[in-house]
Amino acid sequence: MDILVCVKRVPTTGGRINLTADEQDIDTTYLGFTISPHEECAVEEAVRIVEAKGGSATVLTLGPASAEDQLRDAMAVGCDAAILLETDGREWGAMATADAIVDAVRAREAAGTAFDVLLFGHEAADTGDFQVGIRVAVALGLPCVTGVKVLEVGDGRAVARREADGGWEVFEVPLPAVVTVKEGINLPRYPSVPGRMRARKKDIARTSPEWHPAGPEKIRLRVPVEAGSAVEVLGNGPAAAPQVVEMLRRIGVLEP
Amino acid sequence: MIVAFVEQAGGRPDQLSLEMLALAARLGAEGHGVLHAVLFGDGAAEAAATLSPHGVASASVVTHERLDDYAPVAWASSLRQVMAERSPNLVMAAGSERGNEVLAYLGAQTTLPMVANVTDVRGGPRMGITRQRWAGSLLEDAWLDGSVALMTVAPHAVAPAPSAATTTVIVEPFAPALGDADLQVRVTSRVAPDAGRISLADARVVVGGGRGVGGAEGFAALEELANLLGGAVGVSRAVTSAGWRPHAEQIGQTGLRIAPDLYIACGISGAIQHIVGCKAAKHILAINNDPDSPIMEKASYAVIGDLRTIVPAISAEIRRSR
Repeated sequence: MDILVCVKRVPTTGGRINLTADEQDIDTTYLGFTISPHEECAVEEAVRIVEAKGGSATVLTLGPASAEDQLRDAMAVGCDAAILLETDGREWGAMATADAIVDAVRAREAAGTAFDVLLFGHEAADTGDFQVGIRVAVALGLPCVTGVKVLEVGDGRAVARREADGGWEVFEVPLPAVVTVKEGINLPRYPSVPGRMRARKKDIARTSPEWHPAGPEKIRLRVPVEAGSAVEVLGNGPAAAPQVVEMLRRIGVLEP
Repeated sequence: MIVAFVEQAGGRPDQLSLEMLALAARLGAEGHGVLHAVLFGDGAAEAAATLSPHGVASASVVTHERLDDYAPVAWASSLRQVMAERSPNLVMAAGSERGNEVLAYLGAQTTLPMVANVTDVRGGPRMGITRQRWAGSLLEDAWLDGSVALMTVAPHAVAPAPSAATTTVIVEPFAPALGDADLQVRVTSRVAPDAGRISLADARVVVGGGRGVGGAEGFAALEELANLLGGAVGVSRAVTSAGWRPHAEQIGQTGLRIAPDLYIACGISGAIQHIVGCKAAKHILAINNDPDSPIMEKASYAVIGDLRTIVPAISAEIRRSR
């Protein structure tokens, strides 16, 4: 079974996000980068499928040359090959990103590799567009299940579950299929030292798709102004319990 | 005209859809025209009939012999056919799982842009939108051009604003043309939630535990407090990454976004990725041994000290005072 897993390089943000002076981007001077969380789980899922069923896992990203780091990270935990759709660092919208991925998949197909499963994250941590996987699926004429937290593939079918209303919705689609996964589908492994060594030597296929404007045109980013709450300290330690119960009555959580 | 995809269950419109309609109705009044709702499933006609106070003038109830459960491609195809009939300049949905999914399909089918999790829209010669990034830790102001704007409205960003209007919603059935390709992706079966368990998404009180809880066994005290308050337990990402609790309980950017009356944050420092999941709570009580932790900036109440003694003491006090 041949799996393609598409990931995005995003900064590792901490307690507060700072913006660049032109308000166009996050100031990443003091930040590291990582694979967006849902996609980290997509990588793990791809590797697990290949471990169970054989085949290959190929990781793809669209991003600057430095996104090679994230491809190597994915190969360090078991992906066999990588594709870098290299950009000049400009931000790509969801439509343009999906177009570039579709072109890359078609190029692979023309060269004789057809993927059985195309894995994506449910949404990117930074832009939260919720649509690249769906746009790729529609363009390629493939079924797509989104937000998946349990996935079984085999016998030409994928059975995928996602959380809904406290229970589960179950989808069954024929392969090839697009599946967007959510964190929680698995606990991603940590790379081993030999894994990192092997990843360093693997080849990365590179192409440079052309940027084109599509979708909303960014004016600026801003940090939302939120009314900081004036915290009322009810007390220290277990002795504060009566004050807590009094507060619970005041706000109506407990009956007066 | 604005076409709005309204989610409903059992004849009652979904809360997030009512939030979306509040923004849609405002845009309607600002010149985008009348508001037409599109609904699916059992109870759709009843739900549609209740939408007049939310600014809805008319509604299509989608009915098709092969549409028995949720089928995102078929729902998007149905919306596209309503669009073709009504020529709206705006199509809106809630920023829910289904809202984002169906509008993403609609965007893909029509090759139109789709903007997820919008918090505001401004008129003028060009349409200006504000949308969430990083699950709401950042906002983006942007221009949105194009013949039809597709957007979902971020959860808990706009409050529902029912008016006293008493006009009757014109409800009409709508029979879409659907083929096999539209019905390939659909819910084939469901697994019901555990009976008697309070859903974290709907709980009025959520007792949240973070790294400070110390381990899986530490959650017994949080469960007890949650049970006493008729609430549910939620956790931070540190807790699920450590394998202490299931991911279904995770609150935050990659988990659930909740809006309870009270969120009790126990041993949670307040990383931005967690705050975006709980900031819609009416009240936050932080129980933390660090009075300077970031959670204090979001909390309305705090108790300083060791949660392992404080949480059981609160449970005991609730029992005593009953």
